Amino acid sequence: MIAALIVMAGLALFIGAVLGYASLRFKVEGDPLVEKIDAILPQTQCGQCGFPGCKPYATAIANGEAEINQCPPGGDDGIHKLADLLGREYKPLNADNGVEKPRAVAFIAEDLCIGCTLCLQACPVDAIAGAAKQMHTILAPLCTGCELCIAPCPVDCIAMHPIEETVDTWKWRYPTFTLKPVERQAA
Amino acid sequence: MNALRRLFSFNGGVKPETHKHASTREPIVPLADLPLPPVFVVPLHQSVGGMPTPLVSAGDRVLKGQRIGGADGNFSSAVHAPTSGLVRAVEPRTMAHTSGLTLLSVVIEPDGRDEWMPTPPLDWRAMEPDAVRSWLRDAGVVGLGGAVFPSHMKLRAGRATPLRTLVINGAECEPFITCDDLLMRERAAAILGGIAIMRELLGAAEVLIGVEDNKPEAIASLRAACAARGDATIQTVAVPTRYPAGGAKQLIRVLTGIEVPHGRRSTDYGVQCFNVGTAHAIQQAIELGRPLISRIVTVAGNVASPRNYEVLFGTPMDFLVRQAGLLEGTTGFIMGGPMMGYRMPALDVPVIKATNCIIASSPALFAPPPPEMPCIRCGECARACPTDLQPFEMYWHARARNFGKVQEYNLFDCIECGCCSFVCPSHIPLVDYYRFAKTEIWDRERKKESADEARVRFEARNERIEREKREKSEKLAARTSAARAQASVADAADAPAAPGPDRQALVAAALARAQAAPTAPGEARATPAAAPPEETATPPGPTAPADKNALIEAAIARAKARKEAAGDAPAAPAATARKERSPEEKQALIDAAIARAREKKQAADSPDKEAP
Repeated sequence: MIAALIVMAGLALFIGAVLGYASLRFKVEGDPLVEKIDAILPQTQCGQCGFPGCKPYATAIANGEAEINQCPPGGDDGIHKLADLLGREYKPLNADNGVEKPRAVAFIAEDLCIGCTLCLQACPVDAIAGAAKQMHTILAPLCTGCELCIAPCPVDCIAMHPIEETVDTWKWRYPTFTLKPVERQAA
Repeated sequence: MNALRRLFSFNGGVKPETHKHASTREPIVPLADLPLPPVFVVPLHQSVGGMPTPLVSAGDRVLKGQRIGGADGNFSSAVHAPTSGLVRAVEPRTMAHTSGLTLLSVVIEPDGRDEWMPTPPLDWRAMEPDAVRSWLRDAGVVGLGGAVFPSHMKLRAGRATPLRTLVINGAECEPFITCDDLLMRERAAAILGGIAIMRELLGAAEVLIGVEDNKPEAIASLRAACAARGDATIQTVAVPTRYPAGGAKQLIRVLTGIEVPHGRRSTDYGVQCFNVGTAHAIQQAIELGRPLISRIVTVAGNVASPRNYEVLFGTPMDFLVRQAGLLEGTTGFIMGGPMMGYRMPALDVPVIKATNCIIASSPALFAPPPPEMPCIRCGECARACPTDLQPFEMYWHARARNFGKVQEYNLFDCIECGCCSFVCPSHIPLVDYYRFAKTEIWDRERKKESADEARVRFEARNERIEREKREKSEKLAARTSAARAQASVADAADAPAAPGPDRQALVAAALARAQAAPTAPGEARATPAAAPPEETATPPGPTAPADKNALIEAAIARAKARKEAAGDAPAAPAATARKERSPEEKQALIDAAIARAREKKQAADSPDKEAP
């Protein structure tokens, strides 16, 4: 009886020590789930989900504080991926958060720009170059199309231009065949 | 000796009807015999790599061979004017590409004089190899086998392995195309001149020219030219005719037995491969100083007399095909061969560097594809695949848009040769599925890359804003404490006259001084000594750092409040009032000031907060 107790207690202590050591030795920095969710999100940083950026939204999803259907730029595809990752049910995009649009970049009408720097402060990815009382311009390759610069502009000189396909970005279409109706003979 | 050479083989492959005889009956139509078209449209981007920048604008007069598009960085290739004339416009025009999209092009109206730029030959033997490579880049020399990869990038031995074998690709395995065949027959000496330059640049010990054995005239011509040169290191090897023997990896495997594995390059194994047309272009660029402005193009299919033409880039395809007699019933052009070629979006798209063949297609020549039937998993495609892939598995996953899985089956090793579609008993356009999957995967990768960049920039921006905020508050604190210290010097003068309540302020001033000048050890050490009066309740002894920090913060807050209060009321009455007030009253005043300061700060911050 005593021997059994000692053996069991010893085992418990030993396993506890091993687990304690392992939890220190193999400690995971940060939440890997947040990183995984963040990798799926489009990084537009537009805040349409109601969170100040993609990372906070990812954190909220990981903590179960947000639904997976609040990201319009990620679109249907993104929701499917999140549903797969988290094992949740797919839901259509929440219309309250916005609608999925083709990707676009902001464009500043440079003859209208007064150089107020308000859009510079609004841009979440520093994709606008300019200085006070100097004309501003969008660095198009860096623009995520979040539209956050449009509202602060006092002279409404910013417009969204959809990204057009070029020869380099053109995609082959999914192979489909048009079905031809069989011509019926007149009776 | 050549006959003794042991050849190897690749798996799979097919033997389609070659259709080559029709266009090989007559020699190449030289440039001089082909009339100039009314207008040339030269797309600026004709090669793999960066988009060249336009060097001319509308209204400029250009000479034949003048550079009109400058290479963008090293991984790019220049573009030249095909003839002398007037630049009508630099504008987007429909490109010779299946998509039918436009590309920035230089529109040149020829003046008919066809006046060359001065073309000094290059004394390449006296030059650094890198200088020769940049010359080739600026001469616009790219691979003419169809991939249009900038040649100067390939004229470099692998980093780890010295180059042993230079393979020259004259196999030309695709049906209908005969431009390389005719080039080898007629210009073997020039090809060998180009090979000599390439061999020198690469430091290759042996050169193997692989030609399919259905081109005996080309093989004889090359061997004769070799004999005339007296060069025994260049061997012309006849390889068995089997599509796609002209694929770079397939030809290397047949000639050397080296199978380049997935994810590696042939230069890792000491082999590099060039097309015969590229060798000719290199010879023209270096020995004659002429940039690449023309190439041999096979015109075949639904035309009266299929033939090879030397064609200037930018010539509209329909203008060229009319020279060969365009027949009724042509529904469109195919650029390249029937196996790998691309359907052109319009008849008047320009001939570009990748145009090795134009096939006028008609329903009689290429019947519309029969309807796609379900895959029966017969495995014919896997047997035919020259790159040893499993086409039916890739098809399955590409069809289901399961792109991760397609990549697991090494989609990107697929050379799109079309053997699988050719043998498929269910008539499935397998290559279309692979092309769809490839471009879709590239698009996702591009999106992922830009998302990663956006993430990095977003985080960097947040960090910067945090840092700026911190620096701002630190600066403010330092300034206020410095002001407070100055004021306290004045206070210290009447310290004896102002007992009791002002002591606390004195302590704060001392702390502030200590913070303002942390480098001054004397002053800093004085702080604990000054502290006890305030901390009568705490046990005596040196103050812990945490307490010290708290004190400093309290002092900063007080100093701020003080400054605020001083700003609201005239300085002198405030000073007198301070001496008369009780500690309680004073505390209340300070609290009010702190609240005011907070409000002000919030008001100042709020535009920033609304913005993001």
